Amino acid sequence: MEILYAFFVAPFVDMASDPIFFSEVVIGGVLTGIMYSLVALGFVLIFKASGVFNFSQGVMVLFAALTLVGLMEHGVPVWLALILTVMVMIALAFAVEWIMLRRLVNQEEIVLFMSTIGLSFVLQGFGETVWGSNVKLLDVGIPNESFEVGGILLNEFDLFAAASGALMVTVLAVFFHYTRMGRALRAVADDHQAALAVGIPLKTIWIMVWSVAGMVGLVAGIMWGAKSGVQFSLSLIALKALPVLILGGFTSVPGAIVGGLIIGVGEKIAEIYWGPLVGGAIENWFAYMLALVFLLFRPQGLFGEKIIERV
Amino acid sequence: MNESLASSQQQPAVGANRPPALLINNIEVIYDHVILVLKGVSLEVPEGGIVALLGANGAGKTTTLKAISNLLRAERGDVTKGSIEFAGERIDRMTPNDLVKRGVIQVMEGRHIFEHLTVEENLLTGAYTRGDGRAEIQKDLDKVYDYFPQLKERRNAQAGYTSGGEQQMCSIGRALMSRPKMILLDEASMGLAPQLVETIFETVKRLNEEEGVAFLLAEQNTNMALKYAKYGYILENGRVVLDGEAEALSRNEDVKEFYLGLSSSGRRNYRETKHYKRRKRWLA
Ligand SMILES: Nc1ncnc2c1ncn2[C@@H]1O[C@H](COP(=O)(O)OP(=O)(O)OP(=O)(O)O)[C@@H](O)[C@H]1O
Ligand SMILES: [Mg+2]
Repeated sequence: MEILYAFFVAPFVDMASDPIFFSEVVIGGVLTGIMYSLVALGFVLIFKASGVFNFSQGVMVLFAALTLVGLMEHGVPVWLALILTVMVMIALAFAVEWIMLRRLVNQEEIVLFMSTIGLSFVLQGFGETVWGSNVKLLDVGIPNESFEVGGILLNEFDLFAAASGALMVTVLAVFFHYTRMGRALRAVADDHQAALAVGIPLKTIWIMVWSVAGMVGLVAGIMWGAKSGVQFSLSLIALKALPVLILGGFTSVPGAIVGGLIIGVGEKIAEIYWGPLVGGAIENWFAYMLALVFLLFRPQGLFGEKIIERV
Repeated sequence: MNESLASSQQQPAVGANRPPALLINNIEVIYDHVILVLKGVSLEVPEGGIVALLGANGAGKTTTLKAISNLLRAERGDVTKGSIEFAGERIDRMTPNDLVKRGVIQVMEGRHIFEHLTVEENLLTGAYTRGDGRAEIQKDLDKVYDYFPQLKERRNAQAGYTSGGEQQMCSIGRALMSRPKMILLDEASMGLAPQLVETIFETVKRLNEEEGVAFLLAEQNTNMALKYAKYGYILENGRVVLDGEAEALSRNEDVKEFYLGLSSSGRRNYRETKHYKRRKRWLA
């Protein structure tokens, strides 16, 4: 009885008894969740447009952050370093299209998947060769003061991160729905043969999604890197994006966002309120367990695209 | 018999006064480097003409159209011999994007619409290659709605949830949005009720007369296709076995027997069939 109480009642009593602390936990979870969402978004875009599961998404986050830090260490001002990094990520998209996709188009999906694994090693090696492999501090000058609103402790940096994540997602949503290129991208995602037939060049679309994925990676890299330093482990957040994808569905942009938030908030709450009961470290596996449950009961994910079937 | 139906090598196609817009000269197509599918196909479509490409399942109709629009490459197919010209220019090495810009567009068999886009968004993707501004595109959108009023009613519906007929109209309308000179229409009648097939073909005729769009119709519905086309080619096993004016083709006994499912002299016996096959081989 006591065990049941400890697991199923006490945590909720705790939450209710200190709502301010609970809000802080949730907010912390949302902020982590936004990072997951951004990385998952990069996956979804590339997967939708080319059917490629991009294993190197996590390393792209690291590579973007490394490039930014590296440039800044060489005395380049922040704004210029940002522009240059964006250009590097676009150049990377061109290179990926030129060296990999163009030559491997029409190959089995597994071949493309393997090639992205290769790419992740190349990128990581290249990044560390050029910029060094020591842990770097990233300070892009975002204010980092804490303040209180209604008793809840907030942090300027976190708010800034959340706002840029939200802005990024909004801009992308508008782009996909209201522009010619965005429409073309959705067309390719639906039926790439038909897209080809109306004259949409797949190469252009691929370069576009890889560029966007690179920029999304850059935003995630800045936020994450500023918090915990730029180092190899940055590329591991991609592993957290995996359960997000399973939760949200591999082809759904809203799914990536909501999935990221659910996992971010869920693992924080689980860690704080249930962690002590099992000796902690729930945060490390909570996401995977949730993903497993989803795989069993809803394999297409929360928002996985409905497969339209007509009789 | 059938002396009037000579193969295209001996007789110019429709109206010698009109230059052929599309000229296919003896092409060979191979899939996956080994599967030989087209074994020397020649045909031509005059500017503003309607030509039918007929044949049974697997004859190579779709392959011929994809060789022209160059969607073949995406299926690991390759034109290994012969040449394809459009408006006097070699097009066999061009990308579909180049071809759509030059006015050649394919409407694929099996209604490849973009399911998760609305009907109107589908139509707009057809204008992807155009750079002439919103006003012009809007004008053409209205024109498509004129030809297919049903699409206007459904403009905001998700295309995947529209009827088979609407989807076919949508994919033809989408091609129109590119301002084509020639549409390669693959199996437009497939899976549609006779009434609808009629509507679609009537629209093809109107588009041909009013907009001057040329059509190459790949069809199993021989009857319909020959009614609307001026000239026809019959493909069998990757070869053109017969070609001629549409009227002559539909009067031809062999065509009647093998493609229209009717025969004036009752069922033929096996020997005559064999004779026909031999003759076909000779023609090819
Ligand atoms: N991608 C491909 N790879 C290998 N062989 C193919 C491919 N596509 C078509 N074929 C083969 O080429 C031949 C011609 O096919 P095609 O689709 O051109 O015929 P079709 O006349 O359009 O037939 P249908 O009336 O059934 O559409 C068939 O034997 C088919 O199996
Ligand atoms: Mg076919």
